[in-house]
Amino acid sequence: MRVFIVAEIKNYTMNFGPQHPAAHGVLRLVLEMDGEVIQRVDPHIGLLHRATEKLAENRTYLQSVPYMDRLDYVSMMMNEHAYVMTIEKLLQIKVPIRAQYIRVLFDEITRILNHLLWLGAHALDVGAMTVFLYAFREREDLFDCYEAVSGARMHAAYYRPGGVYRDLPSSMPQFQPSKKQSSSEINKLNKNRTGSLLDFIEDFAKRFPTYVDEYETLLTDNRIWKQRTVGIGVVDPDRAVALGMTGPMLRGSGVEWDLRKKQPYETYSELDFKIPIGKEGDCYDRYLVRMEEMRESNKIIKQCIDWLRENPGPVISNDNKVTPPSRSEMKEDMESMIHHFKLFTEGFHIPKGEAYAAVEHPKGEFGTYIISDGANKPYRLKIRAPGFPHLAAINEMTKGHMLSDLVAIIGTQDIVFGEIDR
Amino acid sequence: MDNIFPQLPEIISTTLWTILKIVAIVIPLMISVAYLTYFERRVIGFMQGRLGPNRVGYFGLLQPIADALKLMFKEIIHPTKSNNVLFLLAPILTIAPAFAAWAVIPFDAELVLSDINAGLLYVLAMTSIAVYGVIIAGWASNSKYAFLGSLRSAAQIVSYEIAMGFTLVGVLMCANSLNLGEIVIGQSGGISQWYIWPLFPLFIIYFISAVAETNRAPFDVAEGESEIVAGFHVEYSGMAFAVFFLAEYANMILVSMLAALMFLGGWLSPFDFFPDSIVWLLLKVAFLLFFFLWFRATFPRYRYDQIMRLGWKIFIPITIFWIIFVGFMMQTPYREMFH
Repeated sequence: MRVFIVAEIKNYTMNFGPQHPAAHGVLRLVLEMDGEVIQRVDPHIGLLHRATEKLAENRTYLQSVPYMDRLDYVSMMMNEHAYVMTIEKLLQIKVPIRAQYIRVLFDEITRILNHLLWLGAHALDVGAMTVFLYAFREREDLFDCYEAVSGARMHAAYYRPGGVYRDLPSSMPQFQPSKKQSSSEINKLNKNRTGSLLDFIEDFAKRFPTYVDEYETLLTDNRIWKQRTVGIGVVDPDRAVALGMTGPMLRGSGVEWDLRKKQPYETYSELDFKIPIGKEGDCYDRYLVRMEEMRESNKIIKQCIDWLRENPGPVISNDNKVTPPSRSEMKEDMESMIHHFKLFTEGFHIPKGEAYAAVEHPKGEFGTYIISDGANKPYRLKIRAPGFPHLAAINEMTKGHMLSDLVAIIGTQDIVFGEIDR
Repeated sequence: MDNIFPQLPEIISTTLWTILKIVAIVIPLMISVAYLTYFERRVIGFMQGRLGPNRVGYFGLLQPIADALKLMFKEIIHPTKSNNVLFLLAPILTIAPAFAAWAVIPFDAELVLSDINAGLLYVLAMTSIAVYGVIIAGWASNSKYAFLGSLRSAAQIVSYEIAMGFTLVGVLMCANSLNLGEIVIGQSGGISQWYIWPLFPLFIIYFISAVAETNRAPFDVAEGESEIVAGFHVEYSGMAFAVFFLAEYANMILVSMLAALMFLGGWLSPFDFFPDSIVWLLLKVAFLLFFFLWFRATFPRYRYDQIMRLGWKIFIPITIFWIIFVGFMMQTPYREMFH
């Protein structure tokens, strides 16, 4: 009998992250690799856990709004939106129509903000550096919109139960001359900031399609880009539904599911826009879906601007049990004064009950579920983060692909750890 | 002029004279490397709608000096489990051939350190040695990222060396010489006589292979900062890292220089009414180097297996076909076009 001794070839494990340039924050993956080919991916999460859900149990409802900004920190206002919608559902208050349009406007601005970051990061992961900087150039303008309306460039805290914090401003913040920039340069920079915020957004919406064309010139027909994304991370439609995917991840697989159409909230049912869907369910289709979504968002923004120009009105409900009275009323009217005091010390109470409301977040279905025991803070707040099921599917999506494809798949999932770890 | 130290014995004076000539090549080379990094950052900066370094000195012109100083004073960290000898040998093995190859580069009809007949062969040999530095760096670092990077780099350089070698065969057939000076002289007579025209597909393949050889984007899988962090030099810091960096840029200049010499007529002027001069050579090299920067700003990175496919299944067959085609044409009355 002859015995063959064959060297035992073992897979090796590799640690990917959390300090990895493509880890999108604090993602840690433990990879089991056979050479360059990935056999198993084990995501380790929790490095950005900030206990948002628990913190919310000890704050009044209003105090938790800014926490929502910090969940998915690239689509801030959308997170607030889901939260205030749940509260509105529980309180059964009506939001003025102008506030609804403002919310839709800023939701779509947020969607563009998010998709621009996704595009830049995805392209950077695949090795195209320039797209990242182009995308950030446009994000700068959108941050200025955030700043004009709320005073903060990122963590806006602009949506309130019952509406939005204040109406759109009639003037934009301007650049000031300095040692480095002469006044003629400043005038150039301030050119589209002379009018109101709406003028500024309209100017942006006019320019934006050419920017998207610019990104597409660099990527869409690029052979290397196609080689790196076509056929990578394929999810078939049934599997995508079974895995709990939502948003562009689901639509990239060809399932036409968008809460803005299927369960219209705010004024989406009155707006004209399309839902782009993919066919193959690979990274390239998801890329195309998101690019098209940016164009559709731009269309929605234009429609909102037109409506908002024509229709002035209140932007927050006048139910003073929930929303604060105006400053002048507060100074003169005893009851308003009491409302103001009660609201900003004790906060409003929500009747016993539970509710779930979700928005079509740029990453998928973002929902909050609140159980109230009648107190001024939630008994339990549960956040449904779209990124969580996506990350859970990463093992299935990457199996048999190479290390470079893993990076492309992380990019296509649009992972942000603020929402996954919460 | 060969003996400028008549009072010294001949052997010493020759050595001194050679060392002086080497210094006269290496110092401008180091300066060009430093300013190539500066131009890379400025050019890519402008392509990406930003400014690039503009604070140190006028227009940021002192930035490379500042960077060099910073790197010199930084600590070279050895990973605990690395092999110290190999760890330090690797950067030396990378930069030595990158500089040594310059010995046979003719800057002018006269200006060449050693005018040897097998010049092209020598350059090929030198550039092939550089891969050992990368492999040893990846091995000695004792890190999985570095190891993966060095394996990728080894496979890539070996396969593109073949495509590159075949393109050079085409040049040899046209020039009937391995001496770089004679290859340039063979192209005299204006822009129409340059080898780029009869060997156009070979020129394109040479240039793409050159980008791959030097591990530059879009073939930078050995570094692949979004996949394997920094690849083979992930564990290097301070001057040891700077040496890898220097070698990469020196190699970029070297391959552009070779392309200019072999396909674009070296120091020869494109039109008869301009005199031949080294300025032409430098202009051609700068023009080719610009493409390296342009590629880096534009393209996504290839995947490792796609690079291999491109090299073996596309470039090598095309080069072989074109060599046979050139050989065939040389037997026909059209042979004048290929000389």
